[in-house]
Amino acid sequence: MRTAPAMRAAPATRTALDEQRAPAARSPQELALTALRLAADCDDCVAIAEDSSTVHVRWAADSLTTNGAARSRRFTVVCVRGPSAGVASHSGALDDSSLEDLVARAKQAARGDCAEPAESLITGSAAEDWALPPAESDAGVLARFAAKAGAAIERAGSPRSSLSGYAEQQVSTTYLASSSGLLLRHEQPRGLLDLVATRAGASAWRGVGTACVADLDVGSLRAQLDQQLGWTSRRAELWPGKYEVLLAPAAVADLMLQLYQAAGAGEAAGGQGPFSRSGGGALLGQRLSPAALTLRSDPAEPGLECAPVLLTRASTDRTSVLDNGLPLRPTSWITDGVLTALVQTRRTARLTGQHPSAEIANLVLEGGGDAALAELIARTERALLVTSVWYLRDVDPQRLLVTGLTRDGGYLVEHGEVVARLPDFRFNESPVELLGRVSEVGRSEPTLPREWGEHVTRVAMPALRVRDFDVSAVSR
Amino acid sequence: MRRAVDPSFLALPLEPLAHAALTRAGELGARDASFRILRTRTGRLRLRDGVVEAASDSVDIGLGVRLVYDGTWGYAAAAELTTEAAAGAARQAVEVAIACRPLRRAPVTLAEEATCPRTSWVSPYDIDPFDVPETERAALLAGWSHRLLNSSAVEHVLALFTAVRENRFYADAAGAAVIQQRVRVHPMVTAFGRAVGGEPASLRTAGPPTGRGWEYLGGAGWDFDAELAELPEQLAAKSRARPVRPGSYDLVIDASNLWLTIHETVGHATELDRALGHEASYAGTTFVTPDGPGTLRFGAPLMNVTADRTTEHGLATIGVDDEGVAAQSWELVRDGVLIGLQTDRRTAALAGASRSTGCSFAESAEYPPLARMPNVCLRPAAGGPDVAGLISGVEDGIYLAGANSWSIDPRREHFQFTAQRCHRIRSGRLDGQLSGVAYQGETTGFWGGLAALGGPATYGLFGADLCGKGQPVQVAAASHGCPAAVFSGVRVERVGGERRS
Repeated sequence: MRTAPAMRAAPATRTALDEQRAPAARSPQELALTALRLAADCDDCVAIAEDSSTVHVRWAADSLTTNGAARSRRFTVVCVRGPSAGVASHSGALDDSSLEDLVARAKQAARGDCAEPAESLITGSAAEDWALPPAESDAGVLARFAAKAGAAIERAGSPRSSLSGYAEQQVSTTYLASSSGLLLRHEQPRGLLDLVATRAGASAWRGVGTACVADLDVGSLRAQLDQQLGWTSRRAELWPGKYEVLLAPAAVADLMLQLYQAAGAGEAAGGQGPFSRSGGGALLGQRLSPAALTLRSDPAEPGLECAPVLLTRASTDRTSVLDNGLPLRPTSWITDGVLTALVQTRRTARLTGQHPSAEIANLVLEGGGDAALAELIARTERALLVTSVWYLRDVDPQRLLVTGLTRDGGYLVEHGEVVARLPDFRFNESPVELLGRVSEVGRSEPTLPREWGEHVTRVAMPALRVRDFDVSAVSR
Repeated sequence: MRRAVDPSFLALPLEPLAHAALTRAGELGARDASFRILRTRTGRLRLRDGVVEAASDSVDIGLGVRLVYDGTWGYAAAAELTTEAAAGAARQAVEVAIACRPLRRAPVTLAEEATCPRTSWVSPYDIDPFDVPETERAALLAGWSHRLLNSSAVEHVLALFTAVRENRFYADAAGAAVIQQRVRVHPMVTAFGRAVGGEPASLRTAGPPTGRGWEYLGGAGWDFDAELAELPEQLAAKSRARPVRPGSYDLVIDASNLWLTIHETVGHATELDRALGHEASYAGTTFVTPDGPGTLRFGAPLMNVTADRTTEHGLATIGVDDEGVAAQSWELVRDGVLIGLQTDRRTAALAGASRSTGCSFAESAEYPPLARMPNVCLRPAAGGPDVAGLISGVEDGIYLAGANSWSIDPRREHFQFTAQRCHRIRSGRLDGQLSGVAYQGETTGFWGGLAALGGPATYGLFGADLCGKGQPVQVAAASHGCPAAVFSGVRVERVGGERRS
């Protein structure tokens, strides 16, 4: 290491500080409109400003480990020149100079060597709420939640279990402005809580997505976990093989989100992924399940509301920055067991002759069942019960074959009752092929996926009964 | 080779902001206050079949204050770089600590650390990737793509490039003030084969992310030219691969695959915060217990593993960590026995250690620092054989190269890994590629089966630049150096292959 010359440059830094004190921070709307002006020499421009405030707390073995409060600002500019779109983004406060630099970098990233012409931007006008300021989070939510969680820890039952968990509360306000006239605002509250209770080598997990974590009854959730820990003290052995399994809604959520991530139309059209047809094209119209399963997304889904227009800061296989502002309509990806839609950009929709069906930030699986998981257990002769899954990774993207493990709660069910706790086991399964082996569908309910829980909190899933589930290895 | 800190970062009011935050924290009665400003610039390029599909350039900057108030942590971050925001973050961190007090059982204590000198540190690289015009970066990747597409074995090519320049400023109430800059790059090319008379296959370059600059793509530290030349033929052979027969095999694992196994089974398993249960709700715990060092047999006597934040071009290499602890190098496993763990100042204090190993790290100012993995490396055998020599000693086995899929249980015990290429070994010679190979094991049993280590010629410094841990999830990067090695009697499953339609 060596001494930093700049550490002695105090006069210069004082000048910079004084300059930053003077002007009030510019609003997200002002920044967005300024960016459009700075990019007036481009063919098109999109500016996205996202203002978020987040509080979080985490504890383990009944004691605090980390916490935090953060106010973040992220600003993204998409510049379109000819057939190419360049994206630049900045997280943190932006002054005029930084904004000019940001737009310049977006222009530089728009190289203009793409083979396909760029899609024209979505057109529109100013929304009524455009001028409203960013939403503020409730400053007291952390204290109210911690008080409840602390009390829940104190009220441990007997025998005593240990509680670990994480709670997060966030509100994000996104502003979208485009050179095609769009001025849109979306406000998204988000809360999540996950809890793990452990006792005598056994563990149980519960995750909840919510509008406000301070409203959750942590004591009740802990009681549910303690009840699960008390299901059985017996342990059973397990061997690799094919089994009937009951997948709890949280486990189904992780698997269906894996499927949703692989449902890009462009990939399928290119012959890649589980929804590509041998010889070319996508599997649209193909029956995936004998059960009348419907997998759908709807921005207005009660309790799972999300942005009604596409808001994306980066182009991927499944989404395009040029589609920003695209109205999102209820979309059924799988209808009564048949694949009916894939995630489309306008470009892939044009190339494949389909309607645009952009990614929506919620997911619901339904199958007409009305039974809760407990009722499925009650009518089970013999099956493995999986409450949560973990560490899902692709092993064969062409089939969407994934490997993963059970975690914090695998059980043996016999004659309608949970009779033993199972060791964690590894499975190699395809969420797509698994749908073909669904023999019973429970009642769809809001849940939090374990693996995807920090990214996707708006899902509703049923418990599923699946035959011939592939147990590949068992932890001893 | 070493360059200077970016002047635009030095021009920020680093010390005045630190002074405002730390003074306010002191006035409020907080102790152990520290202040950070982090700025990270990330450039990404994605080309499909040689055409730019996405290009982005992002900057993330902010400040954060961590302190202990009434024995309780508090952390707060702000986007604005003003004295008002810095002092406000200190006040908010105290409010967070007060709010979270009901969840605190024992007061937070930190391992003692001598005051860090006022220093700066810059990682070694020749060419800042952000000094290279976007057009030039894209042109190089397009050239690589077209070179592959000229082969009849290749139908599509996906080329990705990531460049990161990270600036960090750390100051604390004890008087530390440290400015640091790190650069890393990661080019990755995947070729998709024509499935004529075989299974559709893809093959990815093994060139790892590295703490180097743009010179890396020109051959400094990795021979991309040679790798691209070999790739079409290897891809064609992969599309003709025979399905593996499940069973127990001796494996020769190339460094390009073994690094990830080390990351998951040794690196994460020896994090003390996991051993203390701090990651129970998300990333998971470990089978290693806090009292494991000195007693736990981790693997065969051949196994010697070091941890450090000092390896040249290592992804976790840095001068000082996010708690003001200078970079160190230490042993994790000696002659097969666990002798060390990874700590930050809090976990070091909980374990009764005299000092942190310097593993505190935060992805950005938005997040509080966590204990994160350093570079974790397996020592090669001095004078050991090359890969061909290792293969020649195996009668009936499989040679695996290039990392692919990985999955491990929350206690870091039971795992499954796959590879980019899997070759049958018969009588000491390679005999065609195999498909569907997934090796499974239990960590100490697997390392106990370590039968031979390759020499320095087989050694490579690989690594991960997207390792997630903590809640909120934070991403960190760490390098793993290792030789090729032979493992006896490893269980191999067959995964994938058949299509449903």
